[in-house]
Amino acid sequence: MNFSATLRIALLALRINKMRSALTMLGIIIGVAAVIVMIAVGNGAQARVEAQIKSLGSNIIMVLSGSMMSGGARGGSGSQPTIFEEDATAMMREVDEIQAAAPTLRGAGQAIAGNANWSTIFYGITPEYLEVREWPIIEGRGFEPAEINGSGKVVLIGQTVAENLFGTASPLDQVIRVRKVPLTVIGVLEPKGQSMTGQDQDDVLLMPLSTARTRVLGVTQSKARSVSSIMVKVKEGADMATGEARMRELLRQRHRLQPGQDDDFYVRNLSEILQAQEASSKIMALLLAAVASVSLLVGGIGIMNIMLVSVTERTREIGLRMAVGARGRDILTQFLVEAVTLSLIGGLIGIVLGVSTAMLIAKLAGWPTALSAAAIILAAGFAAIIGVFFGYYPARKASRLLPIDALRYE
Amino acid sequence: MAALIQVDGLAKDYQMGSTLVQALRGVTLEIAAGEFVAVMGPSGSGKSTFMNLLGCLDQPSRGRYRLGEQEVSQLSSDELAQVRNRQIGFVFQHFNLLARTSTLDNVTLPLLYSRAPLAERDARAKKRLTQVGLATRMDHHPAQLSGGQQQRVAIARALVCDPQLVLADEPTGALDSHTSLEIMALLQQLNHEGVTIVLVTHEHDIALFASRIISFRDGVVVEDKPNTPTDAAALLNIQR
Repeated sequence: MNFSATLRIALLALRINKMRSALTMLGIIIGVAAVIVMIAVGNGAQARVEAQIKSLGSNIIMVLSGSMMSGGARGGSGSQPTIFEEDATAMMREVDEIQAAAPTLRGAGQAIAGNANWSTIFYGITPEYLEVREWPIIEGRGFEPAEINGSGKVVLIGQTVAENLFGTASPLDQVIRVRKVPLTVIGVLEPKGQSMTGQDQDDVLLMPLSTARTRVLGVTQSKARSVSSIMVKVKEGADMATGEARMRELLRQRHRLQPGQDDDFYVRNLSEILQAQEASSKIMALLLAAVASVSLLVGGIGIMNIMLVSVTERTREIGLRMAVGARGRDILTQFLVEAVTLSLIGGLIGIVLGVSTAMLIAKLAGWPTALSAAAIILAAGFAAIIGVFFGYYPARKASRLLPIDALRYE
Repeated sequence: MAALIQVDGLAKDYQMGSTLVQALRGVTLEIAAGEFVAVMGPSGSGKSTFMNLLGCLDQPSRGRYRLGEQEVSQLSSDELAQVRNRQIGFVFQHFNLLARTSTLDNVTLPLLYSRAPLAERDARAKKRLTQVGLATRMDHHPAQLSGGQQQRVAIARALVCDPQLVLADEPTGALDSHTSLEIMALLQQLNHEGVTIVLVTHEHDIALFASRIISFRDGVVVEDKPNTPTDAAALLNIQR
């Protein structure tokens, strides 16, 4: 018998037993859809944490001004400016693990443009800052060396500042006054969204370090080269801990601290916090995957049961087909085609249902979801293999019976 | 007339637990083409086993079976399937139609297994359904038909591949007497058209419609005699 006739027989049998076909497919559909949705939710959560890591920049260590002992009284964090622009250049020069060190000077103030004004924070930076934070400029340009060295009256602005001061108009070449100093906007930064602590990272002004120091903040001569923090980026692949230890040693040397004396600076490894969060979201994703695989297993058992039952109850039908001239392999091909068709249609519906549910969850509940091709293939493949095997195996048993035994099967 | 069926020492044993049951203990007989044979006997006499062996639904333990030109006891299971498809038509006591399947599709079934082209399949199935008087019921499902109509569908299915031999296993066992008469009239008519029919029954008055009656008991033939068949169609006319 040729294949098209078998196909016809199998499709006819499926159409005739609509209820049975629908129930079999239901197991496959639910199994496949559940796996796709759960993996998508798990992966989405993980992707969100990874995006946060990326928005901060990866492999980052923060060095902050520490407390200083002064006459037996220990000052609080940042009570004294203890780190300097030169510390940053020394780190880059002497610690191999460090890719870039960006000294920054932080300030806050009212930014005024025309008749709009907005309270924001500003950072005096060097070009390394944008490299460390992996923060591209989407409009305009970055700082020229002359502007960095010569206290250029230029500023880069974040998305939030741009919207609040200029609305939809282009901020480029507009003038913002910060603490009465007029600065020309030369560029707009790419939006970064919220930080882990919920701060708006786009509510910011960036200006050359020298401009912030001399023109805006007006730092006193004695601490002329001090900065509020240094952001350090460790080279990709280098060991963070080693880099941190060598950097700490260098700073202690430069600050002439005796052994046993407290550090006069703080070191915070932000990536560690994020990595802990990433680890926990990974555990969640793993948990969801475990739940998904249980539901796939249950779905598989459902498919198996209904296949076994439906093929077994059709033993007499198999006997009749053999009596009117079906060979063993005709029976096998028919049941194989039936099982493959059910698995294929059920799998496809399951994929469509799973993908659309994942999208719906993303849209309605606002959860991030990330569809995974591997999960889709795995779920659909597993369901198909179960369906085909348990559709095939009892049919094979029945097709090996003598026709009379199949006909008399109770 | 040439022998259509030749069996020689045909025997069948079943293993039931630890005991060996000899259902058929060596049957030797010939059936010529065009005969209408009734196989009789009480239950356990081996008549059904004999029938299943004739129909190639079961394999004999010993003995030889020749159907037409072929030594059937030597064939592989695939070749047997082809023999059942081309040369034998079955009519069962409980009809064995596919449920929820139209009359036409039920009758087409054997043709699907004999690689008949689509157009030919439909034409042949329709011709046979018309022959058994069900031309207006082609789209009905078995559940929508009476017992007699279902058995007619089964007869149409048995005939659709133009077999030389029709095997009917208690074809009237599930039918009332009037419907039984109708079915027997149909079988007699087919026999007149040249189809060899072997009918298994335990009812004596049903066996009387055949032209030869073979009686089984305990796995052997105890009686084999010709019979002047009662005319089922004439009986039907009288009843009307």
